[in-house]
Amino acid sequence: MDFMVFQYPMITVQACLDGILLGILFALIAYGMALQWGVMNIINIAQGDLVILGGYIAYFMYLYGIHPAWGVIVSPIIMYFVGVGIYKLVINKVVDRDLFISILATFGISILFMQLMNFAFGADVVLANSGYGTTFLFDNAVVLPNSKIFSAFISIVFAICLVIYMKKSKLGRAIRATAQNARAAKILGVDTEKVYAATFGINAALCGVAGALISITFTIHPYMGLPYTIRSFMIVIVAGLGNLPGVAMSGMGLGVFEEFADYILGTEFRIGSVFLLLVLILVYRRFKLSRKREYLK
Amino acid sequence: MKINKIILSFISAVAILLSTSVVSFAKVVGDKIVLGAAISLTGKYSSNGVHTQNGYNMAVDRINSMGGVKVGGKTYKFEIIYYDDESNPKRAAQLAERLISQDGVEFMLGPYSSGLTKAIAPVTEKYGVPMVEANGASRSLFTKGYKYLFAVLAPANLYLDVAIRTAVELNGGKGVRIAQAFEQDAFSQDVRLGILDAAKDTGSEIIIDDKLPKELNDMAATLVKVKQMKPDVLVVSGHTKGALTAIRQIAEMKVDVPMLAMTHCDAAKLSKQHGKNSQYALCASQWHKTLTYKDNFFKDGMTYAADFQKEFGYDPPYQSAESSAALLVFKDAFERANSFDQKKVRDALAATNMQTFYGNIKFAPGGQNVDKPMVLFQVMCDSSGKCENKVVAPLKWASAKLIHPIPKWSKR
Repeated sequence: MDFMVFQYPMITVQACLDGILLGILFALIAYGMALQWGVMNIINIAQGDLVILGGYIAYFMYLYGIHPAWGVIVSPIIMYFVGVGIYKLVINKVVDRDLFISILATFGISILFMQLMNFAFGADVVLANSGYGTTFLFDNAVVLPNSKIFSAFISIVFAICLVIYMKKSKLGRAIRATAQNARAAKILGVDTEKVYAATFGINAALCGVAGALISITFTIHPYMGLPYTIRSFMIVIVAGLGNLPGVAMSGMGLGVFEEFADYILGTEFRIGSVFLLLVLILVYRRFKLSRKREYLK
Repeated sequence: MKINKIILSFISAVAILLSTSVVSFAKVVGDKIVLGAAISLTGKYSSNGVHTQNGYNMAVDRINSMGGVKVGGKTYKFEIIYYDDESNPKRAAQLAERLISQDGVEFMLGPYSSGLTKAIAPVTEKYGVPMVEANGASRSLFTKGYKYLFAVLAPANLYLDVAIRTAVELNGGKGVRIAQAFEQDAFSQDVRLGILDAAKDTGSEIIIDDKLPKELNDMAATLVKVKQMKPDVLVVSGHTKGALTAIRQIAEMKVDVPMLAMTHCDAAKLSKQHGKNSQYALCASQWHKTLTYKDNFFKDGMTYAADFQKEFGYDPPYQSAESSAALLVFKDAFERANSFDQKKVRDALAATNMQTFYGNIKFAPGGQNVDKPMVLFQVMCDSSGKCENKVVAPLKWASAKLIHPIPKWSKR
C-alpha cells in the first residue's frame, strides 16, 4: 500500500487526468461491444483481439513510413471487412442460438486470432511512434503525453459520428429497430441478416480505431487482447446496453479507478483490481436482481 | 480392393518398422550424436525461441564442417531433434520426457527462458541426462542441487548488479537512491534480489520498489513517483515490453533520472524502435559482439556476428550467441570424456574450463557459469540519429566511456 497519491495533490490530478483519457479509449471499445451485444445478443470474447489486430494495421503503416495516426482511418476500413467476414463465416451460425454457444464461438475466434497474429507478426512487443510530444500543466507538475490526448479526442470524434449515424441514417435506424425487436423488424422489411453483418463490421471497425490508438499510446502484442475484452465487458455491464453516456461515464470511471489502484496498491494489482471490481459488480447486480424478484412475488 | 489392402498393410508395416528402428538407435547413430531440444517456435517466446534455435544450428553446422567431434578415435557429427514446446512449461516437460524415453536422446540442449528450463530440469535430472542450457538464468535453477544441469550464462541476480556498483562508484563510493520496477516473473524477481543484495552491500537505499504486471503496457504511475522522488538510479526489468514501455513513457513524460538501467534491450531492438529516445539507457547483456573472447570455431564476437548476419540476415542477439556456446561446451566435454557414457560426460561437463567467443565457461557446483561477468552497454546516438550499443562496463571490455549523469530532457 502506498498513499503517496494523497500526500501529493498533483499526483491525484495526474491520476485523474490519465484515468479519464484512458477511460475514453476504453469506452470506445466498450461501445462497440454494447452495440453488437444489444443488437445480436452476442458477447464477443474476441473483442480485445480485434483491437490488437487493428493496432497491427497501424503498426505496419508506421513500418512503411506512413504516420501511424493515419491508421485511425485505414484500420477501421480494413477491420470493417474483417468483421463482416467473421460474421459470414462463424457468427451468423450462432446468432440466434444460446448465449453460451456464442461465447464459446467467439472464445474460439479469440484463440485463433491470437495464434494467427503470433504466427504472422511474431511474438515481439511492438509500438508505433507518433512523435507527438508532451503537454505540461500546472508548472510542469502534471505531464500529459499528447498521444493520450490525441487518442481521447479521436475516440470522442468517432463516438459522436457513430451516434449521429445511428440516429440519422437508414442503416442506423434498421440496426436500432432490429435491436428492439428483430422479428418485428423482419416483418416490416428490414433485412436482419444484413443488419447483423453491418453491426459486427461496425464493432470491428471501432476496435480497429481503438487498436490504432493503442499502438500509438501503449504497446501491442498478440496476447494482450484479453484485458481489453474484460474492460469493455465490465463497462457494458455497469452502463447497460444502448446507453452511450453511461458507457462513456463508466469507461472514465474505470480508467480513474485503474489509475488509483495502480498508485495505491501497486502496478501489479492494476489488472487484478479490474477483475475484482468485475466480480463485485456482478455480485451486486445479482443481489439487486434477486431483491427485485422477491418484491415482484 | 484386395491390392489396395495389401499395399496399405505393407506401408503400415514399413512405417511401424521405421519408427521402431529410429527409437532403438537414436542416441549415437552411426557417426551422429543426436541431441534433443524443446524450443519455443510458437507462442509468446517464439521470437527468442527462434534466436535460440538459430544459435544452435549455427554452431552445429560450424562444428560439423570443421571436423566434428572426436571420440574414441572416431569422428562424429552433431544432430539436433527439435520439438516445439509452444512456450508452455507443461508441454516442455512432456516433450523432454518424449525426447528421452521415446526418441532415446541421451543428451539435451536447453529451451528458451528460465520458466521452461525449470520445467524440463526435473525430467532430465530423473533420467540422468546431461543438459547444457543457454537461456535459463533464474537463480532458483542453481540452488536445487541439480547434477545434470549446466548453464553457460551468468545467473539472473548478476544482471544489473554491475549497474548499481557503477552508480555507487561514480557517486564517490557513497550509497545511491534506487527506484526499481520489476515484473512478477521468476527471472525479473531474481534480478530484483540481485539489486537488493547490491544495495545492501553498498549502503544504497531503495526508495521505490514497484512490481509490474504481466500484461504491462502502462507504467506511468511508477514514473510519476520517480519524477516526484528523484532517485539516482532507475532500474526496470520486465522483458521486452518493460523495456519498450519504459523508454516510451520516460520520453513522453520527460522523466529526468541520472541513470537508467534495464534488461532485454537487444531483444526489444530498443534503438531501432525508439531511436534517439532510447539514448543513454544502460542495458545488461550476457554478451556483446565487441567483447574480445576467442575460440577456434567462431574466432571472436565480431566474426561470429558477421557470419550470423550472413546466414540469418540479422545481428545476433545474445540469446543466439549463448546458444551457440552451449554446443561448443558439449563438444569439448565429449572429447575430454572420450566416451558417450552419460555419467562420464556429466563429469567432464562439470570440469569444463574453457574460453569461447561468448566468454569463459566454468561451472559452479550448482551448474551456473561463474567465469563470465555480465556486461553493460549504453545506447549511444550520433547527431544523425543513428544509434549503437556500446559496452561501457566492466571497464576491461569497455569500448566507450559511460555517459553519466544522463543529460536532462530540457537540454537534449
